Amino acid sequence: MASSMTDSHRRFLQVLMSNGIIDAAEARRLHRFFCEQHKVYYAHDKLDDFIGIINTYLRPLFMEIRKGRSEDNGKIFYALVNLAITEATKVASDYAENELELFKKTMDLIVESESGYASSTNILNLSDKLQSKKMRKKEVEHVLQKFVQDKWLSERHGEYTLHTRCIMELDQYICETYQDVKKCNICHSLAIQGQFCETCGIKMHLPCTAKYFKSQPEPRCPHCNDIWPHDTRDLVQPDSHLSPRIPRTPRRISSSEPK
Amino acid sequence: NTKPPRVFPRDSARSPEPGPTATPPMPSTSSSSSSSSQAQKKPAKRTEAQIQQKVNELVQFLLVKDQKKLPIRRADMVKTILQDYKDLASVIIERAGRILEEVFGLQLREIDQKYHAYILINKLERLEGDGMKMDESVAKMGLLMVILSLIFMKGNSARESLVWDVLKKLRVDPEKRHKTFGDVKKLVKDEFVRQKYLEYNRVPHTEPPEYEFLWGPRAAHETSKMQVLRFVAKIQNREPSSWVSQYNEALQDETASASAAGTGN
Repeated sequence: MASSMTDSHRRFLQVLMSNGIIDAAEARRLHRFFCEQHKVYYAHDKLDDFIGIINTYLRPLFMEIRKGRSEDNGKIFYALVNLAITEATKVASDYAENELELFKKTMDLIVESESGYASSTNILNLSDKLQSKKMRKKEVEHVLQKFVQDKWLSERHGEYTLHTRCIMELDQYICETYQDVKKCNICHSLAIQGQFCETCGIKMHLPCTAKYFKSQPEPRCPHCNDIWPHDTRDLVQPDSHLSPRIPRTPRRISSSEPK
Repeated sequence: NTKPPRVFPRDSARSPEPGPTATPPMPSTSSSSSSSSQAQKKPAKRTEAQIQQKVNELVQFLLVKDQKKLPIRRADMVKTILQDYKDLASVIIERAGRILEEVFGLQLREIDQKYHAYILINKLERLEGDGMKMDESVAKMGLLMVILSLIFMKGNSARESLVWDVLKKLRVDPEKRHKTFGDVKKLVKDEFVRQKYLEYNRVPHTEPPEYEFLWGPRAAHETSKMQVLRFVAKIQNREPSSWVSQYNEALQDETASASAAGTGN
């Protein structure tokens, strides 16, 4: 391993361990703050290299810091994700068996829905069908709150979708488990929320759509060229000035893989 | 001194929680499948790569177990991770400790020599604006700090009744459900004690039995008498040295841990 870890790297890693996910602005702020604090070489455009050093030490431990985009606003986030399930992770006991089962079923609802959201009513109905210990309404509400607090789900107007952090961590799992899940036609990442073309069925993230149609006078589907059926005027613009993603390793790194 | 005064005992960083899938969908690591097939006999010799694998798994295990701040017993490490590498336990544990320090800035400390129980301590001091998650654990640490100071200022032990009185004066009534802390008595007598921040002992020769609180081993590792004294001094707007016996005790404690750190590393 070429470069070594310094306290500035360790602090950055601890923040990610503590929060799970942080936005790009916060990541840049901490990069600068910690490098100044520990008198380590700092260059404002070297954040990805800084993180790269941490990752060389993290990957043998089945973790890495990943860069991803929010489906809501296209903003860039950094999340600490697990790369594999091992004996150690099986021991983690944040959630009970029935809570995990509820999460799995909620995720089914979300992924298979058209909007990418599941209503709290539908989730409550799920809790009746659990194979493990049944949950009362209050318990379901409580665990949903926990999922939101721990950033596995996010909530809007009583409906739940997968948090950016969750999509970043479970990306491969989702692709493997849900055969029909759609990828965004523009950025080719998993699309849980998005707009569909009614003619050919392709899906696009809202921020990707906003960016794509910005330069087009008449919004047309990039695949079949039919008029795009949705309103494209008020879509949120992603941060265009930020550099594109650091290349992600799309495969799960198996622990026995030679480095 | 440019560092902001540290009030709270150090908060250990939490390890990442795995995504909450019901059953592990990802292929499990090759070592866990090989150890189950080799359970019958001990392998003749282990390669460096296999040992490193165990070290890495142990690091992950320690991070996950430390999330609840409960001490981790060597026996659990052996049962869950080391398994038939049990004979190399000391080496593997030591190497895991080094990785925890180098990569995460966390120190693996044995707090119980008899039962071989360990905790993880954060080597990095908290800073203002350091980006760490602010949740109810911050409030809990604040409450703990109050109790630790009370214990120290009272000569290293404080009667249970006194602790409840002081908390009640601070509007944390142990008899009522608290907005942030919930069941206050359970937090103090149960959670803080299990996490080894406090000890809860029966006072001998008391009838009906009375109990007292002392510092637990985790408190001794995560903070110090001098830090606690400075906390009290700040609140009361006095110099730490104005409490002569506590100040001398805190100085002795600092000298003792400085020399221990020197030989221990």
